[in-house]
Amino acid sequence: MKVIVPSALRSYTERGEAEASGATLAAMLVDLDRQYPGIRFRMIDEQDRIRRHIRIFVNGDQVRDLSQPLVATDEVIIVQALSGG
Amino acid sequence: MARKLRKPAAGKKAAAARARPQRRVVVLVATRKGAWLYHGDAARKTWRADGPHFLGHIISHVVLDPRDGRTLLAAAKTGHLGPTVFRSTDLGRTWKEAAQPPAFAKAADGEKGRSVDHTFWLTPAHANEPGVWYAGTSPQGLFRSGDGGVTWKPFSSINDDPQYRKWMGTVQDGTPDGPKLHSIIVDPRDPAHLYFAMSGGGVHESVDGGRTWALLLKGLDVVEGFDKAQPSFHDPHCIRICPSNPDRLYQQNHCGIYRLDRPSDTWARIGKNMPERVGDIGFPLVVHPRDADTAWVFPMDGTTVWPRTSPEGRPAVYATRNGGKTWQRLDAGLPAKQAWWTVKRQAMTGDAADPVGLYFGTTSGELWMSRDEGRRWTCIARHLPEIYSVEVAELK
Repeated sequence: MKVIVPSALRSYTERGEAEASGATLAAMLVDLDRQYPGIRFRMIDEQDRIRRHIRIFVNGDQVRDLSQPLVATDEVIIVQALSGG
Repeated sequence: MARKLRKPAAGKKAAAARARPQRRVVVLVATRKGAWLYHGDAARKTWRADGPHFLGHIISHVVLDPRDGRTLLAAAKTGHLGPTVFRSTDLGRTWKEAAQPPAFAKAADGEKGRSVDHTFWLTPAHANEPGVWYAGTSPQGLFRSGDGGVTWKPFSSINDDPQYRKWMGTVQDGTPDGPKLHSIIVDPRDPAHLYFAMSGGGVHESVDGGRTWALLLKGLDVVEGFDKAQPSFHDPHCIRICPSNPDRLYQQNHCGIYRLDRPSDTWARIGKNMPERVGDIGFPLVVHPRDADTAWVFPMDGTTVWPRTSPEGRPAVYATRNGGKTWQRLDAGLPAKQAWWTVKRQAMTGDAADPVGLYFGTTSGELWMSRDEGRRWTCIARHLPEIYSVEVAELK
């Protein structure tokens, strides 16, 4: 599936779009980390919580649960949000 | 046969005679918006800026490995992204991210686990333990790397211990930027003899490489009205061990300046000898590399609402040359008035040259240095972001 990557994470992906697979958001993030080592921990903490200033949208809807099911045609957008100056 | 003593030279000649051959130094500056390296010449008079590295990253600490003179570790995060550690083996030309940055153990199902907000402190381990590093985090956690900072493992003896978790309190109990584990110290005579401090949570010592720990709080004051017996109420700001006498430690605490001479376990408040109108509150403390009676502090205004500025807007370093019996104000070259910045706990350091070079970075983004142990100060960089830490290292 297509994953839109924010500018803060392009030091990993080197572009604004990536391809990753997985039956859930958690599995997709594991696949993304396999391709771009280290990227997951910058978004998801060691307790498997989405970090405070990261938002993840699937087909336009915000998702807060990593167990969210995904299919190959979904579009995932990762957003850096609201961290202040 | 007795060695023949040379007649001491006088004045400047004496200073020249005792001066160590100068090596080039690099000053490592970590800021709220990136890191800079300032390369000095052998005389420490001209400086070449190398940076920014990691522009926009919040860098808490950059440290050079004294065991190889080339490896740098940088503790980083951004406003949006989680914490990590970057590593360079070519003095900052290229950087690679740690494969496994400091992270707490995953909590059991149903329990609320902690997550590292930022790595705050980095300490290279003993000279005989190449590749070993320690890290302190916010919220308070102690970590160890055995592979030069590539992977980090938590100390469960601290991070998961119920008693320690109680002493650490919650994030709300900590300092404004989050409670911190800092001042990780390795005894140069014994790699298994360790100290660390927590703001809040007190001072701790291990003699078995971190398997077990003991409190080191006797003699330390806490904020009036609180119970000194409770480690949670102790707020050490910065602790340093004297390289020339590792039985001596100095401490800048939320409640004063202290000295500890082992094997005693009772800190003595030497800050009471500071001028009353300046007080003995502050964050950083620097010790002399060859004289355990000499230390420098940078007092701040800790009165009323704790402005955390230079007292009266007149910044100054204070030095003791006699283990804290007396203190001397050192402000030549610094602004004489209306300067409201201060210096954070990691943002002041000294080199190993003779005379010692001192360096500090300000909350207003200025980098100052003194080539003569604080007698005269020069600003070597301005207009940087808020400076979080300053380290200096000799290049091999």
